[in-house]
Amino acid sequence: MKKIYSVLVENRSGVLCKVAGLFSRRCFNIDSLAVGETDDKAVSCMTIVSSGDKRTIEQIEKQLNKKLDVIKVKTFDADSSISRELMLIKVKYNKTNRRDIMEICEIMNAQIVDMSKNMMLIQMCDIPERTQLLIDMFQSVSIVEVARTGTLALQKCTETDEKSSQKG
Amino acid sequence: MIGADAIVKCLEEEGVTYVFGYPGVAICPFYNSILDSSIQTILIRTEQNAAHAASGFARVSGKVGVCAVTSGPGATNVITGIATAFADSIPLVCITGQVNSELLGSDVFQEADITGAVESFVKYSYLVKNVNDIPRIFKEAFHIANTGRKGPVLIDVPIDIQNAELKKFVYPESVSMRTYKPTVKGNAVQLRKVVAELEKAKRPIICAGGGVLLSEAEKELRSFSKKHRIPVVSTMMGIGVMPTKDEMYYGMVGNNGKPYANRAMNESDLLIMVGARVADRAVSQPDLITENKALIHIDVDPAEIGKNVGPTIPLVGDAKHIFKELLSQEFSCEHEAWIETLNGYRNTMMPRRNPNPDYVDPAAFITKLSEKMEKDGIYVADVGQNQIWSCGYHIVKEGKFLTSGGMGTMGYSIPAAMGAKLADKMKQVVAVCGDGSFQMSMMELATMNQHHVPVKIIVLKNNYLGMVREYQHYTYKDHYSVVDLSGSPDLEKLAAAYSMDFARLETMEHADEVIDAFLKEDKSMLLECIIDPMDLVK
Repeated sequence: MKKIYSVLVENRSGVLCKVAGLFSRRCFNIDSLAVGETDDKAVSCMTIVSSGDKRTIEQIEKQLNKKLDVIKVKTFDADSSISRELMLIKVKYNKTNRRDIMEICEIMNAQIVDMSKNMMLIQMCDIPERTQLLIDMFQSVSIVEVARTGTLALQKCTETDEKSSQKG
Repeated sequence: MIGADAIVKCLEEEGVTYVFGYPGVAICPFYNSILDSSIQTILIRTEQNAAHAASGFARVSGKVGVCAVTSGPGATNVITGIATAFADSIPLVCITGQVNSELLGSDVFQEADITGAVESFVKYSYLVKNVNDIPRIFKEAFHIANTGRKGPVLIDVPIDIQNAELKKFVYPESVSMRTYKPTVKGNAVQLRKVVAELEKAKRPIICAGGGVLLSEAEKELRSFSKKHRIPVVSTMMGIGVMPTKDEMYYGMVGNNGKPYANRAMNESDLLIMVGARVADRAVSQPDLITENKALIHIDVDPAEIGKNVGPTIPLVGDAKHIFKELLSQEFSCEHEAWIETLNGYRNTMMPRRNPNPDYVDPAAFITKLSEKMEKDGIYVADVGQNQIWSCGYHIVKEGKFLTSGGMGTMGYSIPAAMGAKLADKMKQVVAVCGDGSFQMSMMELATMNQHHVPVKIIVLKNNYLGMVREYQHYTYKDHYSVVDLSGSPDLEKLAAAYSMDFARLETMEHADEVIDAFLKEDKSMLLECIIDPMDLVK
């Protein structure tokens, strides 16, 4: 079972390490992790994607809540959230495949943001499955490097917001 | 006022009476400031034992135990003691000196990233970067350590911060942390469910863990058990929740527990776990336990509920509050037949031993010792065969039973006993260890001698690391590896070297006189009991 944890934490040094350490110590998976400041400079939001059985998922939430630097934990699944991932991908091109690459970008709604005589830098922002699909599509061309932000997610704008887990 | 003075002032504000520790340059400003305070300092002989001593102190006084050590090796040495306290949820504040904050990260002499290293063994940790934060940090640290699920908190203070001038010292009156608000009172809906289950139950039982002692809920638990005639078993950390001879108490559960206690727990139809982790030594197959019974799990730490054990009726809160709440509710449950069954088990399932008459029988010796100990005496068991015999044969009257249950740290008993004695000088304190665990902490005889801490020490000597030997006996068919303790010191000479009285017991023949003499005066003494090297706990 895949779950997305949106974790609001105190924006202090060492907090990322404490939260990541919690996952490794208790043998919980991290499929992806993204961190950034929120509108409040004192608070960061960590978006963690993890998987496990029911008990593991419950434990992850409880253990996160137990951390003294954690302000709030929201747990949700893909259906009830909007998730996005930003990817930058650099590929080599030549005369024969340039057109194909541009077509793929067009179909996938990816943008070419930089290029040189034989390289292109492509940006794509979409759900993680589709960013992965773009990588798969480029398997036939030579990928130079890839950078992905990991999943960012927020719950959809529904009343379930109220039911999400709250600290205290 | 400099940072170091502020730290001492904070400790005074918190009512700290003893600091256990070991100085080094990085903590010297603090040890310089503390000279002007009425707080007493105990120079422990190795840092690990500073945390153990603070732990013993905390468990007897109910206050936070405090230790203070230097940076680098001082800090890393204390980790085992902190981890031991963490495993048993003992409230500690551990202050570590640190190198100059401007040098942090440059691997200078005696620098260790202690907040990083200790992360998985502390409830929380601080690295002080601004001298003006000291009052707030200490206020928070003591609050965190001794509330909710208790545990150790580490405060790392660079030497330049200890020496920096503080603008103004104001000790905060309260703590305001948006991320820390432990649940103390039980949820009313859940409490009603508990009562409903109790009314239904034909064979209820309470399994009490160390959490009951930590919340000082013994009285409430006993009243509740008595009022509704609900039998009680305990985990190792829960020993002492009830007097051993209480008619409603059915012993310690687990792989080293009483057979009748395990049988009682297995045959129950309603198990109330309170303040217990349901770890592997108490319940060998936690996920199977709910197959034939309802399980109510009461704990102040929500993460404990459902961690190791299957579906439960969760009840988050402090044991004392919850038992008070349950006591105030009127309901009836009838299960006299169940109690009769359990009494039958207790009378017929006594473990049998065949002691070798050429040696001291540890079981008989421990029972005799505890009968002769003062009613409210404190018994500190170490780790090894001695611990299992102590759990099995020590009779708790009104006193406390201390041991390292979660971590199983050898060498715990002597420093913890010192801390316990300093917490309550009127109490008789006896540490019982094996010759292996004794040698892990025997340097502390000097501390006892120097600071006049009259702890009584018993060494059950068999010239083996007995618990491991027993494991090798069963698992590797007597293929003993690295368990022979030949070369151990002559304990009589050792006692003399530290100006301690000494006695030796070789068989049970003179046990009465020797134990009487051993317990008679309030002074430290070493009693060596020669036990059969081949004796087994099982």
